[in-house]
Amino acid sequence: MKVKRQDKVATVILYLIAGTIILVLASLLAFILIQGLPHVTWHFLTTPARSFEAGGGIGIQLFNSFYLLVLAMVISVPLSLGAGIYLSEYAKKNWLTSLIRTAIEILSSLPSVVVGLFGFLIFVIQFKFGFSILSGALVLTVFNLPLLTRNVEESLASISSMQREAGLALGLSRWETVTRIIVPEALPGITTGMILGAGRVFGEAAALIYTAGQSAPALDFTNWNPFYIASPLNPLRPAETLAVHIWKINSEGIMPDAVAVSAGASAVLIIAVLVFNLSARWFGQHLYQKMTGSGKKGA
Amino acid sequence: MKTYDLTKTAIKTFIPAEQEIALSTEDLHVFYGLHEQIKGVSLQFPRYKISAVIGSSGSGKSTYLRSLNRMNDEIQTARVTGKIMYRGLDINQNNIDVFEMRKHIGMVFQRPNPFAKSIYDNIVFAPQRHGIKNKQVLDELVETTLQQAGLWNEVKDTLHKSALALSGGQQQRLCIARAIALKPDILLLDEPASALDPISTSVVEDTLAQLKAQYTIIIVTHNMQQAARVSDYTAFFHQGVALEYAETNQIFTQPAIQATDDYVSGHFG
Repeated sequence: MKVKRQDKVATVILYLIAGTIILVLASLLAFILIQGLPHVTWHFLTTPARSFEAGGGIGIQLFNSFYLLVLAMVISVPLSLGAGIYLSEYAKKNWLTSLIRTAIEILSSLPSVVVGLFGFLIFVIQFKFGFSILSGALVLTVFNLPLLTRNVEESLASISSMQREAGLALGLSRWETVTRIIVPEALPGITTGMILGAGRVFGEAAALIYTAGQSAPALDFTNWNPFYIASPLNPLRPAETLAVHIWKINSEGIMPDAVAVSAGASAVLIIAVLVFNLSARWFGQHLYQKMTGSGKKGA
Repeated sequence: MKTYDLTKTAIKTFIPAEQEIALSTEDLHVFYGLHEQIKGVSLQFPRYKISAVIGSSGSGKSTYLRSLNRMNDEIQTARVTGKIMYRGLDINQNNIDVFEMRKHIGMVFQRPNPFAKSIYDNIVFAPQRHGIKNKQVLDELVETTLQQAGLWNEVKDTLHKSALALSGGQQQRLCIARAIALKPDILLLDEPASALDPISTSVVEDTLAQLKAQYTIIIVTHNMQQAARVSDYTAFFHQGVALEYAETNQIFTQPAIQATDDYVSGHFG
């Protein structure tokens, strides 16, 4: 009887804790959406920001965020795949690989503002990339790479070693076994991690303030030549992202409708991150079902 | 636990002129780190026969089997010394192309391990990687190997469904089909039925009896009835040593070594 009672009390306490967390998160989310959504219009999403008068939008910042995200992922996805495959499938257990693992763990726990200042010194100053999309993408890579590598390594490690034996026993080389059997089976986990990483990058501000810059010069959306200075694709132009824009408006914005712009931009940002998270979950499940055939049973 | 004299052995040897030998080991030792798991085993496996390797857990029977197609290479701390003779070649040498060798010496594992692909792709995957591209050839390969493995009638309408949706017994027969799709000389089976129910087990055993006509089979099993049912020759392993090797019939009726007698009659340990 006593045990049963204890169990009941523990259950109630756990429910209370979980409920509190959900309540806090849900009300935060609701607050941002209720405050921001009324300001989100097509006009708001597509027009450039204005510094001194009301009626500005977030068009360029939104484009910058996506462009920066794409560039950062183009750099970090292949690198993290390579590093993760090496660590999980090829690395022998010795001091060197444990050093690499420790380095990755330390890197992944660095505060993003530290990564941003590092990027400022290296990419902006030393490499003379200036405040640019390139600097921003590189610093986001530094920021994201450890987490993505960990994710790839863990996804691969979760595949049973029997699958590796099966491939090798069929006379396949280790490379064929890894690329044709292990990686495809780990793909749901890898993809989910990548999309979640993309969401994290999309909402990142601190690392970008000193690298991608805090200004969003006017873009000429009719000229897509990446070498043209006002081209949207030019990787060497400064590019304020949505998250940086929100930070900037709140710290030094002088437009009369600063509060509204900030609220609207926050709502857009949080919706984008939500979309990333939900699509990661959906995509991962979809891939898994497609590969195991478990979806066909109507599960 | 009783201790047995590990130096007193009774190992059958064949005269190659009378009986073709598919595979043999000479003084094979396997070390895991400093621990000697297999202590000098010399056995000959006749062609187109089923040879069973029996022994209690930890006797080294699986370790021995896994060294025959160099799967122990995958274990960082493992070291294998001695000769493994296959077609006059010692395949336990560094200059052997193990990937090529494994096409000739296939293996089926204790637990079914189909790939997370369709039934069809499970079978054609390795042959495709080894260069067979012709669709018709591949289709025929799928049908013949599934028939040989006794699975064709159950899956012929669902070839493009995921192999993971099959039952354990079906998965294991798919793994056998996958192994013989490479047309190996020798099939190594590491307790292939230990994870299966009795009905699936008997289907797999029937499959093995069919396969004997074309393949040399070496099967590790902890199930003595299974060894007695399917095999022509049986080797008894104890503490890393092959104590006795003879016709299966003799092992189970008139074993020459006390340890074998105790093991097969259930008075072991």
